Amino acid sequence: MSFVERMIPPRPAPAAKVQSISAARIAGILMLIVWALLAAGLVYMMISNWNTDKFVRYGPRYLSGLWVTASLVSLSIVFGAALSLPIAFARMSGNRVANGLAYAYVYIFRGTPLLAQLYLIYYGLGSFRPQLEAVGLWWFFREAWYCGLLSMTLNTAAYQAEILRGAIQSVPKGQHEGAQSLGLPPMVTFRKIILPQALIVALRPYGNEIILMIKGSAVVAVVTVLDLMGQTRYAFSRTFDYQAYLWAAIFYLSIVEVLRHVWAAIEARLTRHLKR
Amino acid sequence: MSGLFSALGSFWAWITYALDPLCGPVGLFSLFGSSSLVACGDTGWGDEIALGVKVTLTLALSTLPLGLLIGFFVALAMQSKDRTLRLAAGIYTTIFRGLPELLTLFIVYYGAQILIQSGLAAIGFEERIEINAFFAGMLALSVVFSSYCSEVLLSAFKAIPNGQYEAGDALGLHRGRTMLLIIVPQLVRIALPGLGNLWMNLLKDTALVSIIGLSDILRQTGVAAKVSKEAFFFYLLACILFLVLAVVSSGGLRLIERWARRSEVRR
Repeated sequence: MSFVERMIPPRPAPAAKVQSISAARIAGILMLIVWALLAAGLVYMMISNWNTDKFVRYGPRYLSGLWVTASLVSLSIVFGAALSLPIAFARMSGNRVANGLAYAYVYIFRGTPLLAQLYLIYYGLGSFRPQLEAVGLWWFFREAWYCGLLSMTLNTAAYQAEILRGAIQSVPKGQHEGAQSLGLPPMVTFRKIILPQALIVALRPYGNEIILMIKGSAVVAVVTVLDLMGQTRYAFSRTFDYQAYLWAAIFYLSIVEVLRHVWAAIEARLTRHLKR
Repeated sequence: MSGLFSALGSFWAWITYALDPLCGPVGLFSLFGSSSLVACGDTGWGDEIALGVKVTLTLALSTLPLGLLIGFFVALAMQSKDRTLRLAAGIYTTIFRGLPELLTLFIVYYGAQILIQSGLAAIGFEERIEINAFFAGMLALSVVFSSYCSEVLLSAFKAIPNGQYEAGDALGLHRGRTMLLIIVPQLVRIALPGLGNLWMNLLKDTALVSIIGLSDILRQTGVAAKVSKEAFFFYLLACILFLVLAVVSSGGLRLIERWARRSEVRR
């Protein structure tokens, strides 16, 4: 049987291996070179194929498409928020029927593609022209823009209802009980205690939802709405110039990035009291 | 030998026919819709739509491994110590999470055509190339899928404590073995709910390939709607089919999650 009699005296740590170039660094530099080449190719393509005539003809069209996209997204977000309130409350209520209906709504609209919903509303409901004319709603379903707005609103309402429900349910039960012990009526409790805390939780998912809607709104171009994507497809079908898509990519990417950073700034500002 | 292959082929064809949930002998369309618009065969649209379901599923299932693989490596790059690698991966996810899926699809579809065409022109072939819509759709969808997947995997990586890597070192495993034997099994468990959501999104995004002419569910029902003038019925059918796919896959995901948790520590 052997045992240690003396402690090994402390020794300095082995010198760190100086590795000037690792595999990760090489891979990173290679990939950055690929990105730089792609960007350079993009810029070269745009400069060498520059055509003032096309710019004058399609530039304003792109701007009007941008406006259509912005108005579609903002309107559908606002209407969807309004529609999501009753759905979220039905989803949280104890009423079996209301709960089931709200669950079915959310499941159906989140489980099917926006494109299929759009087709169903535009082409599907559009095939009931005599009935719609009889009810006086044909003006609505005739216009692709309205149909796009309707389908986007219904779609985002389902997502926003889930965001709202999750946020409200994330507020701890003690907050309700605290309000009750103070003798506050339920409306005041909700408005002054629950909602402010819930909205802070919901802030980030709402930002994501807006970005998803901006990206999702591109599909309305398929039913002849001339939004940013629609104008891009128009320009491409006229000129067969690949740049049409690259310009659209630049537009979409900058909108999304700007929105993302603005939203992060808003969130940082609104949650500054929670920082430790 | 060729006889064997043809026998195997016909056996496979019989299996796929017998197990077809829409147009097989016990399929929904052949049982309940035999004399309606969705009858199988030449009289109805059942078999065309069943083909669309098959295309959608094939596309989603073949996108999944590619997207997961790219996403895994992008996630590895994003948590690397090297700044340049992180930057390169960050550019990738920023671009493909910021672009609309439809636009990515068009860029890949037309971009690959132009790229191949100009490449061939450089070596002397002047020919119009049309690239396969399935391939373009798969590439575009897996690029989009991988950039979201990398975010999910990155947050899962962050949830694994450093001690797990150190334990791997202490056991004398080298890096790849540590990753494969210690990290990935835990990673899968943590990332599964997020990956399940991404799979649902992927299923929905496959509808976009109908726009570049791939005969998926939406394309086939759209053709049926245009010919038969029953747009509402057929688009409703498309929505129902997507919904059924979503329900089935959420059930499947629940099973997979239970399987992944089978040996987790009970607390």
